[in-house]
Amino acid sequence: MASQQQFSALKGKKVLMVGAGGIGCELLKTLALSGFQDIHIIDMDTIEVSNLNRQFLFRQSHVGQSKAKVAREAVLKFRPHIKITPYHANVKDPDFNVDFFKQFNVVLNGLDNLDARRHVNRLCLAAEVPLVESGTTGFLGQVTVHVKGRTECYECQPKPAPKTYPVCTITSTPSKFVHCIVWAKDLLFAKLFGDKNQENDLNVHSSDVASSSEKAEYVFERRKDEDIDQYGRRIYDHVFGYNIEVALSNEETWKNRTRPKPIYSSDVLPNGLVQQNGNLDKNCATDDLSSVSAMASLGMKNPQDIWSLMENSRIFLEAFKLFFMKREKEIGNLTFDKDDQLAVEFVTAAANIRASSFDIPLKSLFEAKGIAGNIVHAVATTNAIIAGLIVTEAIKVLQSDTKNYRMTYCLEHPTRKMLLMPVEPFEANKSCYVCSETPLKLEINTRRAKLRDFVEKIVKAKLGMYFPLIMHGSALLYEVGDDLDEDMVANYAANLEKVLSELPSPITSGITVTVEDMKQELTCNINIKHREEFDEEKEPDGMLLSGWTRASSVEKDDNKPIGNGGSTSNASVEVEKNDEIRTVPSGKKRKVREVPMAAAQDFSNAADGTRNHNELEVIVDEDDFLMLGQDPGINKKKRLQ
Amino acid sequence: MDGEVLTEQETALYDRQIRVWGVDTQRRLSKAHILVCGMKGTVAEFCKNIVLAGVSSLTLVDDRVATEEAISANFLIPPDENAYGGKTLAELCCDSLKDFNPMVRVSVEKGDVSSFGGDFFDKYDVVVASCCSLATKKSINEKCRKLSKHIAFYTVDCRDSCGEIFVDLQHHRYSKKKLDENIECQLQYPSIEEAISVPWRALPRKVTKLYFAMRVMERFEEVEKRNPGDVSSADLPGILKLKKELCEANSLNESHVPDKLLERLVMCTREFPPVCAIIGGILGQEVIKAISGKGEPLKNFFFFDAMDGKGIIEDISSPDSGS
Repeated sequence: MASQQQFSALKGKKVLMVGAGGIGCELLKTLALSGFQDIHIIDMDTIEVSNLNRQFLFRQSHVGQSKAKVAREAVLKFRPHIKITPYHANVKDPDFNVDFFKQFNVVLNGLDNLDARRHVNRLCLAAEVPLVESGTTGFLGQVTVHVKGRTECYECQPKPAPKTYPVCTITSTPSKFVHCIVWAKDLLFAKLFGDKNQENDLNVHSSDVASSSEKAEYVFERRKDEDIDQYGRRIYDHVFGYNIEVALSNEETWKNRTRPKPIYSSDVLPNGLVQQNGNLDKNCATDDLSSVSAMASLGMKNPQDIWSLMENSRIFLEAFKLFFMKREKEIGNLTFDKDDQLAVEFVTAAANIRASSFDIPLKSLFEAKGIAGNIVHAVATTNAIIAGLIVTEAIKVLQSDTKNYRMTYCLEHPTRKMLLMPVEPFEANKSCYVCSETPLKLEINTRRAKLRDFVEKIVKAKLGMYFPLIMHGSALLYEVGDDLDEDMVANYAANLEKVLSELPSPITSGITVTVEDMKQELTCNINIKHREEFDEEKEPDGMLLSGWTRASSVEKDDNKPIGNGGSTSNASVEVEKNDEIRTVPSGKKRKVREVPMAAAQDFSNAADGTRNHNELEVIVDEDDFLMLGQDPGINKKKRLQ
Repeated sequence: MDGEVLTEQETALYDRQIRVWGVDTQRRLSKAHILVCGMKGTVAEFCKNIVLAGVSSLTLVDDRVATEEAISANFLIPPDENAYGGKTLAELCCDSLKDFNPMVRVSVEKGDVSSFGGDFFDKYDVVVASCCSLATKKSINEKCRKLSKHIAFYTVDCRDSCGEIFVDLQHHRYSKKKLDENIECQLQYPSIEEAISVPWRALPRKVTKLYFAMRVMERFEEVEKRNPGDVSSADLPGILKLKKELCEANSLNESHVPDKLLERLVMCTREFPPVCAIIGGILGQEVIKAISGKGEPLKNFFFFDAMDGKGIIEDISSPDSGS
């Protein structure tokens, strides 16, 4: 294998790597050592301290610099005569179009998010360039090969969707720590420090009457001449005290639940304690705003400690104060960032205080940060193994060794003695809307939903299109592009605000809408069906797309919705789930001779239990390999050759 | 170990991996001393992994000078011979590895590893032997076993697109998670000498062919007094003859050791970089497991062949010895 023949297969071949992170660093190194001569690499990120434990091409002195560029320099040190072309850019930039992709013999993904993976998948399909896809989480990983006309595409199988929580669970009846984090991050933090014009469900109560709701809007504003400490305590008392009292007044909610207890700052912190202990001077030594820290000013060091209610309350008030004293300019524009120490401290403390109210076990800043930031668990070893597997597949692709293409799973616990388990790739899913252009079906209230809802919730969020064009018959309803004239732009802007059935070319039940993304060269037909009512909890989008493979994972809420108070928006709060790993494809019916559940469990755990357990059909012949079962209704298992 | 807190610097640097293996494992790693002998591509990969993980110290032994073959799969050494200045492989690797993590002490020990006594190995928690003869591996293994301290011993080698790891954790206690509960377990390992002396016919029928092929290669180098990996296509007839003899002596059907496989191992002795990455990664994970005492370690061989893509664990120990 490591022969002349193999090296000659690499000669003159051009590869594109997308991602220069955990997998990317390992991959670039292994490609260079293996004899690849012409490597292009795209990554929009800059280097951070928390990358250094595994992205071994980077050093402390590189923090803040482009990953793609530094990775190139580092690899040229041990392989100076190869060509590496870095792009410090987003792979979704229009410059990386189908023509750009066409110049490569193979594309290798080392990405960390679903959107970019889908985008690259589409460009590879359009450019007819083979794609080797990969992902890791902790000790688990996988490599898959996608070649148009020979194997399934990346989107042929359902992907775990971002986890969503019903609004009422977050606003009124949290039962897990993550609910408190979502509340602290997406509601409280956003309300206090984010864009004031954003819809926010923070003050939604089941028993809200219009008057109190109106009044509530002003509660969060700082009053004239209000001392910052007073302001902080007032907010504290409002969200942890008053709001809980209001919620408690709805007896119906608490019939089968433990009643939360309201917490007021004066109960936890005697007056004056904050000023006494808070030592802002510790933060004055530096002008670097990113290092402003409530923990530092309170002399708390260990992020692994679980703080008491009192400590959380002090952190909360101190962090609140620091935002106003040190970072006032940013207020109104802040969004939560896991690398923003003060924001993490504030969110941890707020989540913990709320957790205290609801009798949910508290967590350390370290853990809270992981949950709030959806931090991917990552180690160097898994990335190195996966990169090695990517290169072996890439070499097969370049040798057109089609019958030996494999997808490989890297497991934590052996299955049938295997830690690395190769599986034959699947055939394309004939009903995949991406590679087979099968029409989709959309149930929607055509008399109420606006074109904007359709664009945001379906075209962008579900179909992953960035430069969409929407047509009904020959009528153009909407498009995005740089070269549109003003009239068109105004026309499309007006269309966005129109209800579907009132568009110039009305979208009504029974018609077919065509959605295209020019950059991805993807066209989708969507059959429209009018439906009057949608279940607010189960179908928070107010529309239902089917024939579309992405698995839904709205958290099953065992709490009944409270009253009809509802929320100011019907979008549930979303938590992006890390998507570095894709689960083993699931099937409904399987012929299973032997079921190595460990493997299936590894993967269903990785996907946070959102997936069915998967079973594997094992061919016991020694020189054979494993095959994963798939729904025979969709796709019969077939060897590719 | 209790009560000690990782520094802020450690917490920031190791954040992502602490989320995988926990603070306790990170603390244990930061106290572990690792010795590696034989610096080729696979060991370079392992060293990178273990330095990034944050062990206390890593000591390298390899007095050979850099040759094109020795660095073909080693990213720690730049290809510019003028920059070597008479340095050994271990010294060149050490220079690079130091940069990977300022919190890990990387150093070089000079000398022939086979001449080192028990006192020498007593300083380490983990010993990895590569690119050395079977006799050397056996002797290091025995020296480690004689010490009262439990040293985790590994050998690792890659030929062509195949790789092999051997593990001897002697008597190893560990905890593993089962249904959210930690259960205490233990495993008894044979030494390398005991393991490879298990008669072939006593092994399970499905043992990977690679196990036998690697033993044939090892034996050939031993009887011909070759340096490790020093074989060429001219040796193929001799190797095939030896295979026949070994199969006969072990009453094993020759089809368990295909000529094609031996041919691959003979024709291309260079390491294949993707396999170095894979084997070096698995070895890194196993060493971390052994140090942490958490999770079931592999017992006692691991094989990977890029040709079929399988990464297989084989337990090669004599059933009656309880090991």
